[in-house]
Amino acid sequence: MEQITTEDFQVIDNCLMIRLPEEVDHHRAGFICENADRMLCRENVCNVVFDFENTRFMDSSGIGIIMGRHRKISCFGGRVYVIHADKQIRRILTISGLERIVEVLES
Amino acid sequence: MKNEMEIIFDAISDNEGFARVAVSAFVAGADPTLEELADIKTAVSEAVTNSIIHGYENLYGYGGAKGQPAERSRINPGKVRVRCLLDGDMLHIQVTDNGRGIENLEQAMEPLFTTRPELERSGMGFAFMEAFMDDLEVESEPGKGTTVRMKKKIGVGDWIAGGD
Repeated sequence: MEQITTEDFQVIDNCLMIRLPEEVDHHRAGFICENADRMLCRENVCNVVFDFENTRFMDSSGIGIIMGRHRKISCFGGRVYVIHADKQIRRILTISGLERIVEVLES
Repeated sequence: MKNEMEIIFDAISDNEGFARVAVSAFVAGADPTLEELADIKTAVSEAVTNSIIHGYENLYGYGGAKGQPAERSRINPGKVRVRCLLDGDMLHIQVTDNGRGIENLEQAMEPLFTTRPELERSGMGFAFMEAFMDDLEVESEPGKGTTVRMKKKIGVGDWIAGGD
């Protein structure tokens, strides 16, 4: 299985784009949070975009990743966007109530 | 038809994926829909992760090891036991650990409640198990461990197996 690396974090304009791995669980969450936060401090980033294109599985750890990043950037007026979310990922976003704080973009 | 399996593995986060895949492979024979399979994987992942990080307090493998507090490089010995029983179209899953147990079960089951806010998990573990399975029962004794029992009827979900 493809592992997430620092190459999956890119700053484009004022957005931090994070390409999530195939499975987003607690095992991979630590790396994603640490890297995202490092870039949020260092770079001039306003918004965060989570790209679920390769993601086939997510549990509540993924919700924690998104909630945590939202908390960090929302006080500066930043927003969190979700792109390429499949049916199952959308269900999880809905059940967790996260759809109310992040913008799920149709792709 | 009845079919039963049991797996026992070390309580480290590397095994979360293994537990999910093992359970979904076991259930595959009962012709679940894709949605049911996804639900079961999520519920198993939640229960197993809880055992690892709360039961045994194992944060090994969570995030980078370099410059991390000592608790992230220590492995507390412990096993997680996942037992599945397929009885006709009813799936029973039992996840057991012999970890520290849960002192206040009612509070633990509240959505968004967490004893480890610094891990930035969502506090939605039990809420997800409840949402994705038909029935959830949790039994826990502080100092002894926790057992989570979940039930789900297979083959009744929304999506047709094999299609999207």
